[in-house]
Amino acid sequence: MSQFILYKENTRGHANHGWLDAHHSFSFANYYNPERMHFGVLRVLNDDLIDGGMGFGAHPHDNMEIITIPLAGAIAHQDSMGNTAEIKAGEIQVMSAGTGVSHSEFNALPDVQLNLLQIWLFPNKKNVTPRYDQRALDVTARQNNFQQILSPNSEDDNVWIHQDAWFSLGKFDEGFETEYKIKKEGNGVYAFVISGEVTINGQTLSRRDAIGIWDTDGINFKAISADAEVLLMDVPMEL
Amino acid sequence: MQTTILYIGRDPEITIVMNRLLNARPEWKGICVCTDEEAILVFKKEAVDLVLLGNGINQECEQALRSELEAIKPDVKIIQHYGGGSGLLYGEIMSAL
Repeated sequence: MSQFILYKENTRGHANHGWLDAHHSFSFANYYNPERMHFGVLRVLNDDLIDGGMGFGAHPHDNMEIITIPLAGAIAHQDSMGNTAEIKAGEIQVMSAGTGVSHSEFNALPDVQLNLLQIWLFPNKKNVTPRYDQRALDVTARQNNFQQILSPNSEDDNVWIHQDAWFSLGKFDEGFETEYKIKKEGNGVYAFVISGEVTINGQTLSRRDAIGIWDTDGINFKAISADAEVLLMDVPMEL
Repeated sequence: MQTTILYIGRDPEITIVMNRLLNARPEWKGICVCTDEEAILVFKKEAVDLVLLGNGINQECEQALRSELEAIKPDVKIIQHYGGGSGLLYGEIMSAL
């Protein structure tokens, strides 16, 4: 029997730092909610709005798989591995922090607000060699389809990480219905609605709502509104 | 009353950041070291409430360190710190205490 938990948009943690307006799906920084610590290995889902030219100066990380998906605008990235890059909406960035990496992320544009999702997963192996990657995604491939954008396999299209996790993005026409099958037994799915309105396993979800489902082999999905966009994170439930 | 937190991690840059973050809160006293020898000395000398294991500690060292610390003060919690920064730190400490 599948189990689920709803995460409504207005129950997220919120921190407005002026240049940064952040919503935290799980406890992060000064937002602490013991009921919202993680969903399986998914530990962080931050929905950040960053003012033009502003951002996070150089700071270190270790032992975390960090995935960044810009939804609007562009990110200027620099790191201690020598990477300098720009990541635009429609692209994805991954960083395995491993033994330690320092990076900065700024809004690359002076006068356009940047909206990004920053996602952290616990790694399946500690102290790996740090690595960085970014890819442009074929956004046409996600129309009425859950397009896989991340996996544990380096041979797959798009990006890979040190965790048995699969991410998919889909954009759907009103009334479109489909199923999603879990990629690995024991994994759960955290579905985050980027825009529009959908039902997942009969639960109605609006923009920025989420549902976590586990003890299941798949989910039933229906788009209620036009241009409904959803991010699925298929992740191990055991830490 | 201050909570004394011992952080052990191999990366000096991250250790400096952790020291700054832990000591930025008046309710915490952070002591951050890079070697197991320093950690054991601090653990014997100070009234440590919580130990955070940071980056770069291999499995063999972690097991040896946990055994040694538990033999000295078995009631002190030892947890893994992930992320090497401020993002998860507060939640990890609040959950542990």
